[in-house]
Order: sequence, then structure tokens, then C-alpha cells
Amino acid sequence: MLDNYALAFNKCAGFPDLCTTFRTYLSTLKFCAIVWTVTLVLGFTIAYYLNFEIRSTTTRIVLALICTIPFWTSNVIRMISWIPLLGRNGLINQILLNLGVIHQPLEWLLYSDFSVTLALVHINTVFMIVPILNSMSRIDRSLVEAAYDAGATGWQTLWNVIIPLSKAGITIGSIFVITIVMGDFVTTGVMGGQQIASAGKVIETEIGALQFPIAAAQAIILLAIVLMIIWTLIRFVDIRKEL
Amino acid sequence: MKDTKTRGISRRSVLKGTAAFAGLAAGSGAITGFPAILAAEPITLRYLSTATNQSPAIADQAFKDLGIKIEYVSVETDEVTKRIVTQPDSFDLVDTEYFSLKNLVPSGNLMGMDAKKIKLVDKLATVIAKGEIDGKKIGDQGTAPHKVCYLEGQHSKNFAKEPTEWLTLIPTTYNADTLGIRPDLIGRPIDSWAELLNPQFKGKASILNIPSIGIMDAAMVNEALGKVKYGDKGNMTKAEIDTTIATLIDAKKAGQFRAFWSDFNESVNLMASGETVIQSMWSPAVTAVRLKGIACTFQPLKEGYRAWASGFALPKTLKDKQLDAAYEFVNWFLSGWAGAYLNRQGYYSAVLDTAKANMEGYEWDYWMEGSPPRRTSRVRTAACSRRPARFVTAAPTPSAWAPWRAGTRSWTKMRTWFRSGTSSSPPDGRNHNLCTPRSHAPGRFRQASPAARRRGPPAALLAGGAACPRFSGLLRPAAACHACR
Repeated sequence: MLDNYALAFNKCAGFPDLCTTFRTYLSTLKFCAIVWTVTLVLGFTIAYYLNFEIRSTTTRIVLALICTIPFWTSNVIRMISWIPLLGRNGLINQILLNLGVIHQPLEWLLYSDFSVTLALVHINTVFMIVPILNSMSRIDRSLVEAAYDAGATGWQTLWNVIIPLSKAGITIGSIFVITIVMGDFVTTGVMGGQQIASAGKVIETEIGALQFPIAAAQAIILLAIVLMIIWTLIRFVDIRKEL
Repeated sequence: MKDTKTRGISRRSVLKGTAAFAGLAAGSGAITGFPAILAAEPITLRYLSTATNQSPAIADQAFKDLGIKIEYVSVETDEVTKRIVTQPDSFDLVDTEYFSLKNLVPSGNLMGMDAKKIKLVDKLATVIAKGEIDGKKIGDQGTAPHKVCYLEGQHSKNFAKEPTEWLTLIPTTYNADTLGIRPDLIGRPIDSWAELLNPQFKGKASILNIPSIGIMDAAMVNEALGKVKYGDKGNMTKAEIDTTIATLIDAKKAGQFRAFWSDFNESVNLMASGETVIQSMWSPAVTAVRLKGIACTFQPLKEGYRAWASGFALPKTLKDKQLDAAYEFVNWFLSGWAGAYLNRQGYYSAVLDTAKANMEGYEWDYWMEGSPPRRTSRVRTAACSRRPARFVTAAPTPSAWAPWRAGTRSWTKMRTWFRSGTSSSPPDGRNHNLCTPRSHAPGRFRQASPAARRRGPPAALLAGGAACPRFSGLLRPAAACHACR
């Protein structure tokens, strides 16, 4: 049984070159970190706007629903539709060429780290918005007023009142995004032109080749890593108490 | 979930809605068109295969002729193998490829097909059954179908060396794949697999990402580059594997590939959008690109093709009525209608005689003999799927994974044919007119009425799923529009 774990880390002893497994996990963690940061900033900002800037409940619900638009189409269609936008002869390249900003089409718009990050952010931001919005809507407005009355600036209120009170939402949203991105292989595959490895893709390839034992070992490794991340996250907040 | 509850939507209504959607999805996809007759419990066969091999028209016709309902289960190539090995009860009939058999047969989950119950067993294409054409032996590398055609016994896990009465698969179709190119963007002749890794096409090449198939394309490239001389591409030594993979890794790191594709639609999109100009390709995909009015060639190469063949197998648990129905369906499949249908997609059906009897003379001449289209100028749009007759009847036809050598007379003829075929039939504006009604009324064409058939190959081509293999389920109408745009 341990042989399968040994195989998963095959040739990993030879430093300084990293073996495929380590490089794959580093790449996955890199996307995870970038996507988490971007979705957190975007998600928090949007949730803040929806909760504190929009007065009417109807407008708030309508706008929140608009955030789910990426889920209205199938994964495949969504992926394919990036090509006319980002492709070599796509809309963005055409516009930039016509404006004279560039003279050669930008190749890195599609099938690159950029496009993978973009697509992951595109579909995962809503998982950040909803829990944060949920936490924010429970914040007692009188606390915000009290902060203003006590002379806090907008940023101080945000940092000392709103963010601590939205912590549960931020943690739950982070768990959603991190688990999805760590396990993702479809988006990374399609948007990376199948040339960017991910932990999930490794498992998928091994299963495709009927190598179930090593796939199982890889799955356990991935599970352990994700659990460690989540364990760290819930150190920051007692989710059970917050809910 | 909380939200839905507070808005007073009961679990039941949600379930109903889901069921309705599921019904809609199923109804718009593979299993449409059954007449609303309630036969006395018609037998349903769950037909597992890749979408490439599934076509609503065939299911409709089978129901009309036999009263057997075909319920398509469409998954990807590797998934077919995985299902047979891990979930042998999840299907009643499987259409898989010969190259998978070395994984499938040792599992013992498939039963040998009884030759005595297959009426046309003697008529099966000799290229599959014997590995020869008109008595001439053909290339033998890889899992050539004739090597894995027979089992020692019905439930044996060993292949028989000599013909027995137990067949592993009853062949359905076969074909050969090569590189597809965009002649307008390349602007010079391409004649070798080595061109796939030519730095000239850096960032504009692609290779098939179904590993078991793509590795063969990579092997063709490696041999063409002179890096490896393989003993048998279908059974590489460790050193050969290492060199092949090293070449691929180097090319990938150098940025040779734009993307890898594993799905029919992806290959069409890559080529049509100009993301790639040279890539592994399947012939119906080339046709799909040309139908958009974009120049694309299914390029013959001097090193030869990579061939494949697929066929039916039954799970060993199948019995009684279901088993009889499965044999009945297989016999029907070989009896001509389905073969003719597949020939019109650009494939070769396993029993050519019966297929020929079900095709019009001009259809046979066009699709199988490679003669110029006779009926209308419209048929030219599919010219790149046209095959030279010699490929089938006289040339050393490839067996699975076995490239056939260039330099024979028939090869020269073939190449000439392809050249004339491509240059004489530029896609023109009429394509668009041809496609418009089809995308709006796919149902009509799916039935392949005599009128539709008379339109010639392109009509039949889009008539079913096989020409656009991965357009399944809900995707079909949108994808059809896309393909015709």
C-alpha cells in the first residue's frame, strides 16, 4: 500500500529540481492563492456594496441573482465562449490591434495562467459573495453608527467593525473557494489548453489509465492538504458559534 | 437551500422541476423521435459508447425495424473502458475500440460473441477479421483487430490465436486518422508527421489528448523525425516510451502546442478559430470546419495513417430477452441500413456489401470510390471527407494503430486524389444556405428522409450525431448552429 504513496512521490528525492508531483502541487497552490485573494477582494467589495449601499431589498436580491449568471450556462459552453473573446483572433485582440495598442495578437490571453485565473475567478466569486453577504446582513447597523459617532473614519469602521463581524462569512467563502480550486481540473484543463497540470488532473489521468491504487493515494494526499488548509482557516473563527 | 425553503418552494416541486428538466434534456438529445406507440414492453438496450458512435437516426431506425429501444449512454473513450471494468452492469451493449480490448478482456466482464448467432460473420471486412485486403497482408503494428478478434472460449480471458466461434467484438466501423491543417494559414505543402513539431508552427500546433490514442500520433511524429525506430508502436519498450515522452515534454516546454484537445468540438473550435493551424484530427471534424466555410485539409502524410476500428461487445451478465435483443440489434446493424448511414459520415462500415446495397449508386461512388460528386455542386462541401476507393479495396489498408507505408503506387494515386479533391472544391457561400434550415430543424434531418438523402453527403453528414459526434443532449441545437455558422 505504501508503494503507491512512494510512487506518487516518484523521483522526488533529487534536489534542487522539483519532481512533477511537487511542481504540480505548487502550481495548484499558486492558483489557489491568487484566486482566493482576487475572489476575496471582489466578493467582499460586492457584498459590501449590496449590503450597505443598496437600500431596497428587491434591488439587492436582483443584483445578487445577477452574480449567479455564470452558472446559467453549462461548463463546456462557458469555456468554449472564452475563445472568441480571448483568442488569437478574438474580440480583445481585434480591438487592441485596431486601436494600435499592439501590433501582434497577444498569445497569453488564452491557454495561459492568466486565462485559468480569469475563468476560476469568474465562476468562484459568487461562492465568496453569498456567505459574506449573509454575515454582513446580520451586522447590527447601530454598531456602524456607534463607530461613526465615536469618531472612527470609514476605513477604521471597515477594519475594526465590519471585517471582524464578517469573519464567519469570509471563512466559509474561503473554504468554498479553496476546496473548489484545489480539486478543480476541468477549468484548469480547458482554459490552460490541457498544458497546465493540477492535482485533480493528475488523479483524473491516473483513473483514465485504470491506475486506481495510485489515484487513490493521490486523492488521499490532496484530501490531507485541503483538510490542513481548512483546519488552519477555522483556527481563525469558531464557525459553529458564528452560525 | 435555505433560500429556496423560505420562499415556499417545497422539496416535491423542486424534484418535479428537476425531473422535467431531465426529461427535457433526454428528450432533446439522443433518444428523441420514438413513435408514441405503447408496444408490449419494448425491450430497451442501454448502448454505451463515445458520442462519436451514437446517432439518433440509427436508434430511430432500429426501433422502427426491430421494436428495440436504444438508450444511448455517451461517455468519453477512457470512461468507456472504465465502465466496462468497474461497472459492467451499467449497460447492455457496448461499442468500444479494439485497442481497449487488452484492458477489457482480462477483466472477464465481457462475454464472447457467438459467431453462430451473427448472420453476416463471414462478410465482415477482411481488414478487421484477417488483417488483409484482397488477400494482401497489411501493416500489423499495435492492437491490429485480427490479433484480438477471437477468444478461446465464451468466458475466456485469453485471446485465441486461431479463429474460434467466440468473437471479442463484432466490428461496426473503421477509419484512419491523420493531421488536419489550415492550408490558407500554412501556405505550403505538408507531407510528414514531423511537421507537427516544426518550430515554424510554434504555439499553433495541437495533439490529441486521449492519451492512449495521442501517444500513437506522438510516435508517428517521433519516427518521422528520425528520433526512434519503433519495433511496434502499439507495444513500445520502456526506452521507446521514455524517448517519445521526452520529445513531447521538450516540445511542450518550447511552447509548440497551443492546446491539447480531447473532445471533437474542441478540435473543431481550435482549427476554425485559427488558434491552431496543424493538429491531430478526425475526418468528420475536418468536415465540420469546412462547413463553416474555412479551408481545412485532412492531410495525407508519407508515413501513413493511424487507423482504428470499433465494435460491439456484450456484458457477461446479459441474458434472456435482453441477450436475444442485443444479438438481434447487432445483426440488424450489420444488415445495411446503419452501414450505409455510417458510410455517408465518412466512416467505413464493417460489412461493406450490405451497406452498398443500401446506398444509391452515386452515393457509393462519391463516398467509397472517391469519384466527383454527381448530383449537385453542394456535395462538394464535404469533399475533405471523401475517401479514395483504393484505400478500401486495393491499397494496403491500415489495421489499428499500424501505419501503412508510403511509396506504393496506390499511395501516389491517393495523394493525387486528395490534392485534386481539396483544390477542386473550395467551400463556398452556398454552405451557409445549406446549413441554415438544418440548424433550425435538426429533427427533420435526423430522420434522414429519402429527400434529405438525395441532397447528397453533406445533408446526411449533419443528419446525425456521428458527423458531429460530441454534440449530445441539450447541446445539440446550439452546437449545430455553431457548426454551420
